[in-house]
Amino acid sequence: MSNPTAPTDWKAPAMQKRIARRYAAERRFKALGLGAVLLSGFFLAFLLFVMVGNGARGFTYTHVAVPIDFKAMPLTIDAARLDDPDADQAIASAGLADIVAFAADEALGDGGSGLISENAWKEVRSEIKADPELLNGKSVFELPASSTIDIAAKEGAKGDLGARVDALKRDGRLSTGFHWPFFRNADATDPAVAGIWGALKGSVLTIFIAFLIAFPTGVLAALYLEEYAPRNRWTDLIEVSINNLAAVPSIIFGLLALAVFINWFGLCQASPLVGGLTLALMTMPVIVIASRNAIKSVPPSIRDAALGVGASPVQVVFHHVLPLALPGILTGTIIGMARALGETAPLLLVGMRAFIGDVPGGICSPSTVLPMQIFLWSDEVDRGFVEKTSAAIIVLLIVLLSMNALAIYLRNKFEKRW
Amino acid sequence: MTMTQDDLSIADPKMRASGVSVFYGEKQAINDVSIDVGTDLVTAFIGPSGCGKSTFLRSLNRMNDTIAGAKVTGTIELDGEDIYAPSMDVVQLRARVGMVFQKPNPFPKSIYDNVAYGSRIHGLASGKADLDVIVERALTRAGLWDEVKDRLAESGTALSGGQQQRLCIARAIAVDPEVILMDEPCSALDPIATAKIEELIHELRGKYAIVIVTHNMQQAARVSQRTAFFHLGTLVEYGKTTDIFTNPKAERTKDYITGRYG
Repeated sequence: MSNPTAPTDWKAPAMQKRIARRYAAERRFKALGLGAVLLSGFFLAFLLFVMVGNGARGFTYTHVAVPIDFKAMPLTIDAARLDDPDADQAIASAGLADIVAFAADEALGDGGSGLISENAWKEVRSEIKADPELLNGKSVFELPASSTIDIAAKEGAKGDLGARVDALKRDGRLSTGFHWPFFRNADATDPAVAGIWGALKGSVLTIFIAFLIAFPTGVLAALYLEEYAPRNRWTDLIEVSINNLAAVPSIIFGLLALAVFINWFGLCQASPLVGGLTLALMTMPVIVIASRNAIKSVPPSIRDAALGVGASPVQVVFHHVLPLALPGILTGTIIGMARALGETAPLLLVGMRAFIGDVPGGICSPSTVLPMQIFLWSDEVDRGFVEKTSAAIIVLLIVLLSMNALAIYLRNKFEKRW
Repeated sequence: MTMTQDDLSIADPKMRASGVSVFYGEKQAINDVSIDVGTDLVTAFIGPSGCGKSTFLRSLNRMNDTIAGAKVTGTIELDGEDIYAPSMDVVQLRARVGMVFQKPNPFPKSIYDNVAYGSRIHGLASGKADLDVIVERALTRAGLWDEVKDRLAESGTALSGGQQQRLCIARAIAVDPEVILMDEPCSALDPIATAKIEELIHELRGKYAIVIVTHNMQQAARVSQRTAFFHLGTLVEYGKTTDIFTNPKAERTKDYITGRYG
């Protein structure tokens, strides 16, 4: 071995040992990598399993069939008023709630009115508005059950409650089906009428505003910094600041937005407009960083080629650099947007955690967002909200997954190979 | 190094560089180079790696402007007009002095769009039919038309290396430049593709003033009528190609030609 001219002895024990060690290291590394992948796969499967298991029930609701005879208990209201804008008010003051409660007591026995949701009469009201003929006879209404009955019907219950539910089931009065109001309504104190639509629409509006502001500013800033800005101390400073901004805790952006947008500019509180502006502040640095990397990865030879035939710098950027960088820019943007969609902390501070019972009408009406709705519902005492929370989480995850799918689709569509 | 101008017999040069120096920040890449580029001639720049021949070539159409810290002194004239004068429009200059690069760099667009790009941005075509004519003429001149006429919509990057380089030449020709600068156009190509490009240069001679930077001395001998030998940022010798290769005046040129270094 010590003789430098001797050929290497590949069969020597020391050499064999080294080779064996190398193979062992290889196997170890592969096993570790596979383990990491399996572990994350397991967590993902577990999360989906638990969420879908709990949340699927949140999309359905139990209804109780209650016959109401408007001949025996007439609702004294002028039929002409049913088309008025204040028809809801008129029907309410005519005492429909009492009639429904009485009918429930009669049909379901003692305490029958406690078995249906306290908002059940509103269901009757909208049916009457749709078909005023109902007021002239006796018909069976499928009324939402109270949340206690709903849970007992879906999960089973013991004792008096269980017996009661069993009796209702025997009479064929209970039915559990897909719960459309969950996708039509905004938040409510009663799980029977609480819905996700208000928060979903709020989220969509908020993200839309954030995208509208953060995407153009972010991309233009990145283009300027990469293609035009001179390399000097100022641009270095700007670069460091942008990188730092991307790492600032999101709640700080909430405070900034509260101070600037609400206190100083006096913009509408708790609205998608202010929420969107806040999230735009938060997302823009991410978009700038992603865009700069995408722009950097466009080969300089393409710039040379375009300059070489006499393209101006702006033409080089918009004809060549931007289209080639677009897949990377879009991927970065959508990932940033997905993060913003799941953001709660900064929106707490601009008032979006308030209880909002109406679906937002525009970008300036009070609203909440999906993650905030999940947070609010998880805090509710009523047990009916447990499955609503899970259902809301499923809705949020579906929105996020579709955004990521869009990112992948766009990247593949615009990606060019050379 | 003294140079005799009389044996060059260029009465009306297309481009004239006098006393040109190029700096990258503190570093001087080109030192006091004066050269005339003839209208109907192919001029070759030869020299070992890092001698500044590409740098000098890139200063002829101001491509050095894109490099931060690059500075050019002296004057370079195109048809008697100073190209570094404030009144000179860089964009127009680059349309008049086209460039072909070392590595084929077609745009990741269709073959048609590659060739049509220059005409489109300069508004040279007055319609689709006009543009079709320009594209066909450029591709024909670049000797590529017969190979690609049925697949103009395919991506330019799908062509072979040699075809890509001819596509790049077609792209440069399409805007009807007066000068074509070629920066080692064959260094990434195989011998057959190289032969085609050289043939093409022969055919283009007379239509455009051509300046070619090459590593390959045989290539310079084959394609050019004038040769300039660069070494360490200076122009050592400039003359008729036959003279440079058969009867070099400078010792350094002789050593390089005979393969003593480089």
